[in-house]
Amino acid sequence: MAKIIGDILINTERCKGCEVCVAACPFTVIAMSKEVNSKGYHFAMKVNAECTGCTNCAIVCPDGVITVYRAKVTTE
Amino acid sequence: MEELFAKPEIRKPENIVYKKTDLMVDRPLSYCPGCGHGTVHRMLMEVLEEMDIQGNTIGVSPVGCSVLAYDFLNIDMLGAAHGRAPALATAIKRLWPYRFVFTYQGDGDLAAIGTAETIHACNRGENITIIFINNGIYGMTGGQMAPTTLPGMRTSTSPYGRDVQTMGHPLKITELIAHLPGVEYVTRQSVHTPVNARRTKKAIRKAFEIQKEKKGVGFIEVVSNCNSGWKMTPVQANKWMEENMFPFYPLGDIKVDGKLVEKKETVS
Amino acid sequence: MGELRLMKGNEAVAEAAIRAGCDGYFGYPITPQSEVMEYLMAEKPFERTGMVVLQAESEVASINMLYGAAGTGKKVMTSSSSPGISLMQEGISYMAGSELPAVIVNVVRGGPGLGTIQPSQADYFQAVKGGGHGDYKLIVLAPASVQEMCDHVKLGFDLAFKYRNPVMILSDGAVGQMMEKVELFDQIARRTDAEVISQCPWAATGKPKDREHIIITSLDLDPAGQERVNLKLQAKYKKIQENEILFEEIQCEDAEYLYVAFGLSARICQKATDLARAKGIRVGLFRPITLFPFPAPQIASVGNRVKGILVVEMNAGQMIEDVKLSVGCNVKIEHYGRFGGIIPSPEEVVRALEQKIIGG
Repeated sequence: MAKIIGDILINTERCKGCEVCVAACPFTVIAMSKEVNSKGYHFAMKVNAECTGCTNCAIVCPDGVITVYRAKVTTE
Repeated sequence: MEELFAKPEIRKPENIVYKKTDLMVDRPLSYCPGCGHGTVHRMLMEVLEEMDIQGNTIGVSPVGCSVLAYDFLNIDMLGAAHGRAPALATAIKRLWPYRFVFTYQGDGDLAAIGTAETIHACNRGENITIIFINNGIYGMTGGQMAPTTLPGMRTSTSPYGRDVQTMGHPLKITELIAHLPGVEYVTRQSVHTPVNARRTKKAIRKAFEIQKEKKGVGFIEVVSNCNSGWKMTPVQANKWMEENMFPFYPLGDIKVDGKLVEKKETVS
Repeated sequence: MGELRLMKGNEAVAEAAIRAGCDGYFGYPITPQSEVMEYLMAEKPFERTGMVVLQAESEVASINMLYGAAGTGKKVMTSSSSPGISLMQEGISYMAGSELPAVIVNVVRGGPGLGTIQPSQADYFQAVKGGGHGDYKLIVLAPASVQEMCDHVKLGFDLAFKYRNPVMILSDGAVGQMMEKVELFDQIARRTDAEVISQCPWAATGKPKDREHIIITSLDLDPAGQERVNLKLQAKYKKIQENEILFEEIQCEDAEYLYVAFGLSARICQKATDLARAKGIRVGLFRPITLFPFPAPQIASVGNRVKGILVVEMNAGQMIEDVKLSVGCNVKIEHYGRFGGIIPSPEEVVRALEQKIIGG
């Protein structure tokens, strides 16, 4: 059976921690890190594997730090 | 730090469904966290990429927060004096009629100091695209009152709230421009949610298509946030914008195909 | 010999712009220079050469249209008169800061404020010393005849593009309005867009894949960077000062006294020189044609040979400061000026020489 799975790659160094992506994600995949990046921002990070690659987070990210992958995979 | 929940098996170039366009210069934006400028910049560059007009576009940036837009947009650009972007764009388009020409302006730039240039360029029906970012405040200079500041809204030069009796009313310049005959398309959008950002991109695309058809001005207002000026977190600012800015500056098309859009009566 | 015509100075400016291959004129009506745009609109250069002519909503818009067009490498011109030129100063400063070529014609009228519509030279300081904010210079040409109104447009474009610097033609209401015989130069073809792109690699013409994007701006938020911009500008102005001085000497060989005057005042002084010589006064006339670069060494070499210098200007004493800076302190230098639109007569200029220099 085929399934769509997605993944996001966050450029955490460029993330300014605005959290707009958190609100945009329909599956609560993103939350803010406890750590800070070299600029002192808490950056966005994934907290589960539910990403479907819908691109919502990447579109609203003002700094364009999110790359989105989506693929159809076959499972047993 | 190790990345959690990564799916390395699908991280292949052919599986990329969204990434920042190469038409954005690869450098950190100078905007505050959560500021809408970055998103509008990217939507604009995505349109240029899709239309394959990077080499055929000349942009004009304003004075204000987006004064450095030319550092981020990988196209030939000119930095205008405060408010004068439509004058620059007029001359550029007249002398390079087959180039796509746009201005990118904030509310202080477009609706206060540059009112004359804006109105006359629109009224002449210049074949240009105007992208107007309205956050109701002067962001770069530190949050002073703008022509678009809402009644009662606190800014650094209206610290007790905008008193319309003494400070005047907010200017709905977009509605005003829509009434000018040289203007083909006027819309008001936002970029604070994925659906709104996608609509903004569609509007920008439409305005550039109008330019190709030499039909006159395409004017896109983007109601945006100013977290720093409004003194809120980005998420709070977006909520405040929905609750306060949108009722005064309602989203949607105002003029399409040279005709004013009939207003539906809204029940409050 | 080129085509001869009887024309107003303002009309000669307009015709010269068309013939110089100008790509665009942007202006706003103001007396006493409105004939420039009137001539252009009647002449339809958009049909003759493809030149764009646009009446803007203000001088502020005109100069910023010029800024935009010049930033794309196009050959553009505006004209106005004193109050309008004051409105343009911000844009001129931006153009100087961004190093953009353009020709700006100031047909000066009396001031201050709304002043009068009669001729004046009271905008010398504004033209020569900067005018707007920041350390910058315009190349300033001072035509004294309708012929020079024509020729300075062509020269102005050549200098503007040679140095990537705005050029101001500092005329006045009399030279703009009076009619004289003009020999027009032949039509120079407007450059094609491909020629603009190849001749102006600094211009924002649309970014091809194989070059970096071009940014036209005068902004550098890094003070060290902005200082470098200023040093570069100053080096350019020095080069202009060394290479582009133009002047005229009339009857200076045996002169005991000297008039120094530019533009219309020089025309009056030329007549005054003849009148004075008829009375036995050996006077010469030195006429700066470029006001920046100012012909300081050339004035010094004549000025240091004479007993006294009278600087005649239709203002309260502006160019005299540059004359004093050029000539040694042992030479008597006085000023004679009329203001507010009054043109001095040759006779009163002779009297002024007698009273202020010879008898003084």
